[in-house]
Amino acid sequence: MSETARILALHAGLVALLLVLNFVLPAYPQGNLARIMVLASYAIGYNVLFGYTGLLSLGHAMFFAAGMYGMGLSMRHLGFPAGPALLAGLGAGAALSLVVGLLALRTAGVAFMIVTLMFAQAVYLAILLFGKYTRGDEGFVIPQADRVLAGIDLSDPFNRYFVALALFSFCLFSVLWLIRRPAGRVLVAIRENEERARLLGYDVFAHKLGAVVASGTISALAGAFYGLLFGYAGASFAAVQYSILPLLWVLLGGAGTIIGPFIGTLFMFYLIDLTSGLTSAYMLIAGVALVLLTLFAPQGLAGELRKRLWRWLP
Amino acid sequence: MSALLETRGLSRSFSGLRAVHEVDFTLPEGQVRALIGPNGAGKTTFVSMLVGRLAPSSGTVLFDGRDVTGLPVHARVRLGMAYTFQITSVFLRLSLHENVALAARRRLGGDGLAVERAVREALSRVGLLEHARRNAEELSYGHQRLLEIAMGIAQKPRLLILDEPTQGLADGEIADFKALLGELARETTILLIEHNMSVVMEVAEKITVLNFGEVLAEGSPEEVHADPRVQAAYLGVPDVAG
Ligand SMILES: Nc1ncnc2c1ncn2[C@@H]1O[C@H](COP(=O)(O)OP(=O)(O)OP(=O)(O)O)[C@@H](O)[C@H]1O
Ligand SMILES: [Mg+2]
Repeated sequence: MSETARILALHAGLVALLLVLNFVLPAYPQGNLARIMVLASYAIGYNVLFGYTGLLSLGHAMFFAAGMYGMGLSMRHLGFPAGPALLAGLGAGAALSLVVGLLALRTAGVAFMIVTLMFAQAVYLAILLFGKYTRGDEGFVIPQADRVLAGIDLSDPFNRYFVALALFSFCLFSVLWLIRRPAGRVLVAIRENEERARLLGYDVFAHKLGAVVASGTISALAGAFYGLLFGYAGASFAAVQYSILPLLWVLLGGAGTIIGPFIGTLFMFYLIDLTSGLTSAYMLIAGVALVLLTLFAPQGLAGELRKRLWRWLP
Repeated sequence: MSALLETRGLSRSFSGLRAVHEVDFTLPEGQVRALIGPNGAGKTTFVSMLVGRLAPSSGTVLFDGRDVTGLPVHARVRLGMAYTFQITSVFLRLSLHENVALAARRRLGGDGLAVERAVREALSRVGLLEHARRNAEELSYGHQRLLEIAMGIAQKPRLLILDEPTQGLADGEIADFKALLGELARETTILLIEHNMSVVMEVAEKITVLNFGEVLAEGSPEEVHADPRVQAAYLGVPDVAG
């Protein structure tokens, strides 16, 4: 089997498996998995910047929130139906990531982390400040009657799972396509040796900006779908915790792998879900598990898989 | 022959230290020029200003008659400059194939077949084709230097700047490298910084000697070799004296 065929088989296989699960899973894990797929889409977006371009952002919650609020506010205040509202979320994320990219990319390393963190804090505080429209901390519910996309009722668990899977597959395959294209290879080159990439004639700034916009827009798309599928938009999704989570998911699953963000999100979701059922000190157990994993699988789960077994894993 | 590269009054100082001072330099198209000089003479600083890695304190750089002093690195590379680092700089965790493909793709874009051909050609010219699937970090230092030259070849530059390419190569590898340089000389203009005098004497058509940031002498290998000022500057460096 050629490398490309193997790569397609693996990722299409995952999508097919997830599709089958929709017909067999009981309600509780079905709902969990839908949530995991949307959050994994967010992690896939984060991974474009962190895993493939080598830029560590501490503020991605602002993009997730831009999508969520772009969608939610346009529905609530402008009466947009679901489709156009999703596009509004997408547009908000693209515009915000372009502006943040233009400004934050003047810095590098730790300064880039701080600047993204600050921008995200500003977005978070803006959501609180305009509480009249956003209802601040409390957030707002998106009424079930509005959660209809192309005639499909998104509050129905089966439909919701199906749409989450469609979003996840779209993000997965778009990023797979992107990083196999010449422009995507340049991102990896920048991650590995920025000065060398520049001396091969690549415009490093333009490529990084493209990566910020792609990453931010995918994150916003995930945020918009999250609000629509689960019927709620709240300021907690813009808080710093939601900037750290995708970093953890990607690190655990394997930075710079296509499948890693999903594995990491799934792993962490169930780690917390299972341990919280056992003890009230579940965060301690989750923490220990994370430490062990970083000690023994520093490249993340999919990263180790690539190192030990499947060198072709993209 | 018209000048492919020219500098006028090119200078750079580092907090008072005049690393390169008022250098006027002309390199005609098609020539192989060696740039030599004792350690710390300013050779790397000089070529870094040519490609734009370093901004000059004053002076201008002209490439193909055009003032490129204000252009960023990538724009100069697009005009046809290529540079190999004195301290090897490749993509260590990527395969040799991908290293060279990145160099070729900038020029050939998404044309996969053409890129493939360029990669095979460049790797086989430096004798690394059999290692194409290995990661650069698995190579010996000498082979990594050759990989960097393969990346230069794959860019098909108009001006190839090599900063001490034979540093760290074994004797046998140096002999192969001379032959390769001879071939490349027929295809492109070369500016070669080199400490190994046998390479300089055999390959260079003309030599520029830099000392304390200034041009000390310029001429054919024979002229430069006989120049007493050059010998004085190199006092204690047996390569030139012998
Ligand atoms: N970034 C820098 N900051 C301060 N001083 C520098 C810097 N780069 C070079 N220098 C100084 O400028 C002078 C010229 O250095 P350069 O590296 O250009 O010499 P060179 O001719 O390439 O030497 P070598 O043969 O050892 O490579 C040296 O005195 C060096 O210490
Ligand atoms: Mg030097």
